[in-house]
Amino acid sequence: MNKEEALQAYLIRLGDNALILGQRLGEWCGHAHQLESDIALTNVALDNVGQSRNLLTEAGRIEDKGRTEDDFAFFRKEQEFRNNLLVEQENGNFAQTITRQYLFDVFQFHLYKALTESKDEFLAGFAEKSLKEVTYHRKLSGDWMVRLGDGTDESHAKMQEALDIMWPFTGELFEMTEIDEVLIAEGIVPSLKDIEEKWRPEVEAVIDEATLAIPDTMGYMARGSRDGHHTEYLGYILAEMQALPRSMPDAKW
Amino acid sequence: MDTAEREKQFQEKIDSGLKVEAKEWMPENYRKQLMRMISQHAHSEIVGMLPEGNWITRAPSLRRKAVLLAKVQDEAGHGLYLYSAAETLGIDRKTMIDQLLSGKAKYSSIFNYPTISWADMGAIGWLVDGAAIVNQTMLARGSYGPYSRAMVRICKEESFHNRQGYEIIYQLAKGTPEQKEMAQDALNRWWWPSIQMLGPSDAQSKNSDETMRWRIKVESNDTVRQRFIDRTVPQAEAAGLTIPDPDLKYNEETEHWEIGEIEWTEFYRVIKGHGPCNRKRLKARQDAEREGQWVREAAAAYAGKQRARAVKAA
Repeated sequence: MNKEEALQAYLIRLGDNALILGQRLGEWCGHAHQLESDIALTNVALDNVGQSRNLLTEAGRIEDKGRTEDDFAFFRKEQEFRNNLLVEQENGNFAQTITRQYLFDVFQFHLYKALTESKDEFLAGFAEKSLKEVTYHRKLSGDWMVRLGDGTDESHAKMQEALDIMWPFTGELFEMTEIDEVLIAEGIVPSLKDIEEKWRPEVEAVIDEATLAIPDTMGYMARGSRDGHHTEYLGYILAEMQALPRSMPDAKW
Repeated sequence: MDTAEREKQFQEKIDSGLKVEAKEWMPENYRKQLMRMISQHAHSEIVGMLPEGNWITRAPSLRRKAVLLAKVQDEAGHGLYLYSAAETLGIDRKTMIDQLLSGKAKYSSIFNYPTISWADMGAIGWLVDGAAIVNQTMLARGSYGPYSRAMVRICKEESFHNRQGYEIIYQLAKGTPEQKEMAQDALNRWWWPSIQMLGPSDAQSKNSDETMRWRIKVESNDTVRQRFIDRTVPQAEAAGLTIPDPDLKYNEETEHWEIGEIEWTEFYRVIKGHGPCNRKRLKARQDAEREGQWVREAAAAYAGKQRARAVKAA
């Protein structure tokens, strides 16, 4: 695998995460518990869709086969998507959405922060710009973690259940492949081991403040996205997202 | 000063073109009319998020998805500052939302129609927002300061939505035969409801006299409707689409487009709750309220704990 191939694959990985999370958050629109949260969730959705557009466009440019952001989003099959399993998990209630968001936001924050030092000009610039957005996302979801975890008995129970559901999907956020090895050697991306070292204490502190407990998964963590093996949810997400452009492949929108 | 004298001075102030501000004296009915109008407008923004939210996950390109997300977010923002504008009249947001959920308060009837194709995203931006802009540009000249200023701000964003909507329709109309059919179908379904959303004709409008005397509205429903028609018909022609009205004709003398008869029975049927989506829209709002109950309670409980901790620490 050469540098260009690895970089293109890495951009797809980041772009798919942003796209699928944005898609999930878009489902909330108009249904949140108060207007302010509707606006906030839509804002995070919009930031993520915007990031995915930049990332997928750049992936197409590096690939140099004429594929656009929309070709990647709408005309790839399920197993070609490289987003982490965490972001495709269903919205469930607000507790599940917020917990998924928080666990991912802290990861995305530290990853983008490290990428501002990338030797790849696009990635460094992209990370610099997106870090402002992600800083806000992480604050928003972190505040809700604590507020709901340490709110009422009911909200606490819902948050603990949400954490039990989402936690097993955090392991593979830090899984590395040949793609990472090639790009780390070139000084383009950080080691995900370093990101995990920043992610873990921060997440543990907030979970603790939220009076929640990390579930004991007996050492088990879900995995598969690096090989395109997803949970059952992704197929439905794509069926919904891709239906219209696929039904009229010659149309321009 | 007695009430009659105050009302006389109030009327003089309005006639001289001055704005009324929140803390100033106003006739009780002026306050009530404005509360009704502004809260109805706020509810329309919030319920209006639903038919468009229906297509966010299915938008056919990432650019369209982003634009639609931004648009629906703008609507939530409009809802927020309209609720705030209504609050200046002495009613709180919770009371207004309760009125919406109980069915006591109305919202724009147009949002009781379903969005069954992507072209509906174009039609809503082009026609529904187009009609709203014509109406709101008029309302921006109204006498109540907080509402008229909210209208100025909202109109700016609505103009943006209107252009985006027309761009969607135009692109479909110039696209494949199947896309053109989608665009025409959307126009067929949204044209008359958009004409009707500007309110009953002047002869039938029960709220108009007083609201015009107080300059809450500065033009009648029919005047505003005519302006909407005159600006929209040429846009349909430019896109190569046909307005679904066999009686539509241009009057050279008046320089206005004249439309056929409006079917008001349909309008009143939907207003009375029997449109295609009335129940669905209200249920979505009621569900969001009920399912959000525990979140609001938790936020309040946490805020209470924080206050107690601060007191203890001090």
